[in-house]
Amino acid sequence: MSHLVILPFLLPIFGGLLLLLPPIQNSLSRQRIFAIFTSLLLILVSITLLHTSYSQGTQLYMLGNWQPPFGIALVADPLAALLVLLTSILGFAAILFACSGDDETGMYYHTLILLLISGVNGAFLTGDLFNLFVCFEILLIASYALLVHGGGKHKTQASLHYVILNLVGSSIFLIALGILYGMLGTLNIADMANKLHLLSEDDQLLVKVAGLLLLVVFGLKSAMLPLHFWLPRTYASASAPIAAMFAIMTKVGIYSIFRVHTVIFGENAGELANIAQYWLWPIAILTLFAGAVGALASSNLRLLTANMILISVGTLLVGAAIATEQAAGAAFYYLLHTTFVSAAMFLIADLVSRQRGKAEDRFVQARQMKQRDLLAGLFFVAAVAMVGMPPLSGFIGKALLLQSADTGAAMGWSWSAILLAGLAAIIALSRAGTTLFWRVSSIHDEGETVPRAKLIAIILLLSCSPLMVIFAGPITAITTAAAAVLFDPALSVDALLPTLTHNPGGY
Amino acid sequence: MEMLFALCVGVLTTCGVFMILRSRTFPVVVGLTLLGYAVNLFLFSSGRLSINSAAIIGSTDAYGDPLPQALVLTAIVIGFAMTAFVVILAMRGRGDLGNDHVDGRIPDHSSLSDKERN
Repeated sequence: MSHLVILPFLLPIFGGLLLLLPPIQNSLSRQRIFAIFTSLLLILVSITLLHTSYSQGTQLYMLGNWQPPFGIALVADPLAALLVLLTSILGFAAILFACSGDDETGMYYHTLILLLISGVNGAFLTGDLFNLFVCFEILLIASYALLVHGGGKHKTQASLHYVILNLVGSSIFLIALGILYGMLGTLNIADMANKLHLLSEDDQLLVKVAGLLLLVVFGLKSAMLPLHFWLPRTYASASAPIAAMFAIMTKVGIYSIFRVHTVIFGENAGELANIAQYWLWPIAILTLFAGAVGALASSNLRLLTANMILISVGTLLVGAAIATEQAAGAAFYYLLHTTFVSAAMFLIADLVSRQRGKAEDRFVQARQMKQRDLLAGLFFVAAVAMVGMPPLSGFIGKALLLQSADTGAAMGWSWSAILLAGLAAIIALSRAGTTLFWRVSSIHDEGETVPRAKLIAIILLLSCSPLMVIFAGPITAITTAAAAVLFDPALSVDALLPTLTHNPGGY
Repeated sequence: MEMLFALCVGVLTTCGVFMILRSRTFPVVVGLTLLGYAVNLFLFSSGRLSINSAAIIGSTDAYGDPLPQALVLTAIVIGFAMTAFVVILAMRGRGDLGNDHVDGRIPDHSSLSDKERN
């Protein structure tokens, strides 16, 4: 199956477009069935892709069969395939959750979610920086439409900031791409890594500027410190399944930082080696700090979850700042865990706010929820996983990450920052849980019960956490392999440029 | 030619950034458009500026780089779609929020004069 690599990109696009055509578009139930079918198929394809790329090595797919480094390349290494699988599972949960009501509040929900999945998958799979930009735009324009889905004052207001910020980000991205193409004459990530050595000293400065501009863009996407102000309000105002799906979007930024600043500006970049690390350390620590303060100050569960996403971004950036193979592997494990759990928390916040009447998910005294025990149980599992307590996956992720900080300074900074942010998270989440579930003013039996589809979606996401503990061995093997590919130029660069290895010196 | 081109990009970027920092949506949208023009011009120049050089090998001695032209074309299309979206969003914001400020509310600074407030 040589076309397997492009399927995770094409399948959701075509699925989303077919949803717009008459036989399916006419009825909502047909749309739901088709969307669920498409996302299940996508999960199967992603599993196959992960298996192929893990057992047979990185898969290279050249669109139009051009000779690399020319043309657009898709690269399915274990890291990209793993994240594609993560997106597919998350997309399935978001579609399933929305099937019991959230997709009726506006039109084209399923089409937009599928287009978003396609953009995210494309961004993970691409081996070409301009194609990364295009995939960013695909996922962004789907996310713009999803953010205002359902309508309302808060959504419009949050959306204005989000759209304008991201349009400026896209401009900066294009400027960086222009500089890189002007200096290096290529947009293929592997080829760029090869050509950095050929630069003169003046040109190196320009490329350094471009590399750091890229860091700004990816920082905006991943919400690292000075660029994070859009995140809490945006995520808190989006409707639940959409906010859950957005949990993957900050990870696209983190992935791009790992990809660009390890493969292109990594250890082997000569004068330009590790240009981002100087900035990443303080930014990571400060992001953790901002997330912790935000979590303590949050007034409702959705805002708290959005701030927990900031903490997870900070933790992942620590992994990027340490910049060793071990740290990257640990960060990828933590990335999987945090995406599942924070998505589940957004969904739980929706159920909670539906059963508390006017108080919604704010931390105030309110009537007792109809299914308090069920929701409290789900919340407890999600909270334990989120703060990184044993026995769930957050603990393993954090332990792996802390273990990988081996030098004294790195250990001092990362341990204290991550552990203190974890403490703040415990305080904030336990305060949230006690207020939501125990401070009850009156007991009513009104309100809707949780629809089964929503419950299945949440349990699917939450069960990934214990499963990641039970199968920690194989999963860490995959994340380690993913990190190994990223840090080994023979695998991440030379293997993708056959013409260069066969014919060194010219092509 | 390089000087003129660089000045164009610089002036467009400056105006764009200035407009984006305004507090009402219409100047911000205009600013985004200007910044988009600047970026497209800049991207175009990454293939080096030359006159009378077609992007076809064999027809002239000096041939232009076709890739930046393709990139600019993509960037123009995407930028156009995004501008259309942000215009609609700004209009909807005007309708939903009752004013055209980016923050959704009229800033309450009694110390400012009417002119500064705009």
